[in-house]
Amino acid sequence: MKNTNNQTQTVQEQRNRISYGMTLLVVGVLIYLFFGINTTATSQTTFSLNLLGSQAIPLSDLVLPAQGTIYLMVGIVVFTGAYQLARGVKSTGLLVGIIAFTFIAAFLTWATQDKSFNLTGMISSSLVRATPIALAALCGVISERTAVINIGIEGIMLMSAQIAVVTATMSHNLYVGLILAIIFGGLIAAFHAYLVIQFKVDQIVSGVAINIIGAGFTSFFSSKYLQSATDTLNNSGTFPIISIPVLSKIPILGPTLFENNIIVYLMLILVFAMHILLFYTPWGLRTRAVGEHPKAADTLGVNVNFMRYINVIIGGMIAGLGGAYFTIGSVGRFDELMTSGKGFIGLAAVIFGKWNPIGAFASSLIFGFADSLQVKLQILRVPIPSEFLLMAPYIVTMIVLTGIVGKAIPPAADGQPYEK
Amino acid sequence: MANVLELQGITKRFPGVLANDKIDITLREGKILALLGENGAGKSTLMNILYGLYKPDEGKIFVRGKEVHIDGPNDAIAQGIGMVHQHFMLVPVMTVTENVMLGIEPTKNGVFLDQEKVAKRIAEISNQYGLEVDPASYIKDLPVGIQQRVEIIKVLYRNADILILDEPTAVLTPQEVEGLFKIIATLIKAGKSIIFITHKLKEVLAIADDISVLRLGRMVGSIEPNKATPEKLASMMVGRDVSLVVQKSAPKPKEAVLKVENLFVRDERENLTVQGVSFEVRKGEVLGIAGVQGNGQTELVYALTGLSSAESGTIELNGKNLQNATPRQILESGVSHIPEDRQRHGLILSFPIHDNMMLCTYYQEPFAKGISLQEKAILSNAEALVKQYDVRTPNIYVNAGTLSGGNQQKVIVAREFSRPIELLIASQPTRGLDVGSIEYIHKQIINKRDEGTGVLVVSSELDEILALSDRIAVIYKGQIMDILDAKKASKEDLGLLMAGIHPSTSPKKK
Repeated sequence: MKNTNNQTQTVQEQRNRISYGMTLLVVGVLIYLFFGINTTATSQTTFSLNLLGSQAIPLSDLVLPAQGTIYLMVGIVVFTGAYQLARGVKSTGLLVGIIAFTFIAAFLTWATQDKSFNLTGMISSSLVRATPIALAALCGVISERTAVINIGIEGIMLMSAQIAVVTATMSHNLYVGLILAIIFGGLIAAFHAYLVIQFKVDQIVSGVAINIIGAGFTSFFSSKYLQSATDTLNNSGTFPIISIPVLSKIPILGPTLFENNIIVYLMLILVFAMHILLFYTPWGLRTRAVGEHPKAADTLGVNVNFMRYINVIIGGMIAGLGGAYFTIGSVGRFDELMTSGKGFIGLAAVIFGKWNPIGAFASSLIFGFADSLQVKLQILRVPIPSEFLLMAPYIVTMIVLTGIVGKAIPPAADGQPYEK
Repeated sequence: MANVLELQGITKRFPGVLANDKIDITLREGKILALLGENGAGKSTLMNILYGLYKPDEGKIFVRGKEVHIDGPNDAIAQGIGMVHQHFMLVPVMTVTENVMLGIEPTKNGVFLDQEKVAKRIAEISNQYGLEVDPASYIKDLPVGIQQRVEIIKVLYRNADILILDEPTAVLTPQEVEGLFKIIATLIKAGKSIIFITHKLKEVLAIADDISVLRLGRMVGSIEPNKATPEKLASMMVGRDVSLVVQKSAPKPKEAVLKVENLFVRDERENLTVQGVSFEVRKGEVLGIAGVQGNGQTELVYALTGLSSAESGTIELNGKNLQNATPRQILESGVSHIPEDRQRHGLILSFPIHDNMMLCTYYQEPFAKGISLQEKAILSNAEALVKQYDVRTPNIYVNAGTLSGGNQQKVIVAREFSRPIELLIASQPTRGLDVGSIEYIHKQIINKRDEGTGVLVVSSELDEILALSDRIAVIYKGQIMDILDAKKASKEDLGLLMAGIHPSTSPKKK
């Protein structure tokens, strides 16, 4: 009897093994057909590793024979595929990683043949572009860990972005804008929490309402006032880059991690702080218990609704910070609907990151990378219409949400109001 | 000896219901008070008041002679009151340690959780009371019996000396129940006092020092265990005399009506929960399927009734293949189903009784002609069935959801029995019902058997299996451990089989 069970499992495993192996082989063929054939044998690809104006110790450029590099990628992926078919690799994450790496590396080599591409620049801009996504994701993580879904993050970020730039311009102080954006984010989240906890309003409905109000209010205010009074209301300047001594001199890593503005640093600190808070402190234990089994927490004297209020409000403040990034952290002015779905992508990062702060941050980096790649490719004049390139982050979102890297399990009580 | 706890005149009203009506109970120090009552008698409400989850409308609570106000679980814990809930209050994705420390977490440097300290304390409690458990394991990986230990440890970790155990045996195998009773004995020896809530009479007589009986929110009375008999307790609980033994004649089994061979079924999460099950049910006999809940019974019944499809294997009814047939095909070939979850699969709660009475046959004459429903036939059918099956309802127009559990079950039984059937599949037929309704439903099932119907009863209540079955199949982890003749089966052997151990192969205790 036991055997039959094992056999059924191995049949399933074998099916997985073959399908992954075949996928790898197909990717190998695709890389060859798309990029390998279209590359001339003599052309070279130059990857620059130095960021203009950075303090890092300069490295010499990486010059690669284009076709050779692409064939190397084909080789790696085909070899992995063959190995997978014959023996099987335990980690599906590794396989997905190899597919992604070889495909992107071959693609970049092909796209930049006979041109130069700044690799460090792209890595650094991936982190910068991931910042608002990661902040949105952190808001999602801390709210959903107490079982309150907040899909109003997009709206909160949009409104905070506008508040930040207007107050910063009026007060001539960026920190005023930053702090007010954070407070405002907290207030909107408190309103959301009040509706869904006190009145048990459907969490999705309340979140959608916040998004609609955010889009409507900011667009109205922008076209009515900001456009006619740009200098007095909508021109704040941005936070300066702070270089961290010594560390910023490390090649590649320095310009990526240690030459950023305050919001990027805050985001990095928040990722690790939230991880510690959630998994190593009493507060985190209670938060997770409330999200998984609120009744159990209640019977042990944990105030379920209080925990939910506080965590949702903290989440809102983080989203407010994310909103401030769009204006005073990035371009210094407000444009209508400038968050362009980053709040929603952040929610995807929450799921992809399995409701973990570090996981959510890592997923945000993938989206940031897709976003940054898209910009660089437009600059390189790749023969792909720019409209398609602009879709890249959203396409990546959809691929990710199909669940290629295992099924993510949300907190058990996620989205449910607590009733005694 | 002193009274550690006294409740005086506790009254609690919910909208439209008087859940507790001036209830007095007294718990003596170092003793076990059994609180006995039917479902809905108000036992859990009373205990939730004591634990601070509900506020009483009237009444006083005295702990060790002093009047106390309990406004929340924290107050109860501070008074040394701890509760082991019927549905465990454990977070499945957390470890034992995390669950135990939740709410009163010790910290290192005032910030970080001190898991080692808690794990050490758990080990101490484990040793002191014989509650073995690995503090690092996750709750979701532990069997129910161990989860219950964790609940008890949680209470002891909070230094409780008054323990409320709410229906603690409902989810345990007979062996686990014995283990629990041993633990309770150790706790009493250590000076704890225990309130033991149950509706199982035998358990009360086995361990209680005092017995208080509740009925419909009122205190019926207290009785000493040496003066109590199961019959007396049952009549106190129900308010009339009930027969606790199912009267049945010897079975007259004929040819097989249902043949199941090598059946494999997956559950919703794609786990193979039924693994190669084979058995047959003969006309005129009851085959009972015993087992602890969650060992594949639900999926087995789903596959037999067409609610889910089988992975492989054969299901034959009177020689006709029914594997992966639709529910309608199955019920048209003469199968009746009393489902495990009566509110989800048995009734449409927001439909009136008269519509619920014809849910399987609404498209057939006399209920339908062409495309129109025949109201007259539907109503007269319902009137007749309500009378025949003694459904207590104001009329046949009220929604099924307004009936009590027992009467809801009677509606299902009435509907399923009112058409000609070859096979009856009854899954947990009396779960959550009062003694009176249980008696009635059991009688109906035996009547069906005597009419020559094949009956398959699936139940996690061993007493029910023993009362009804002519043969007993024990299911464990999706496999039939053994099929026994009910007359020769002992409770101990069945208990071992339910835990996955063959009595013949297990080492004998000395």
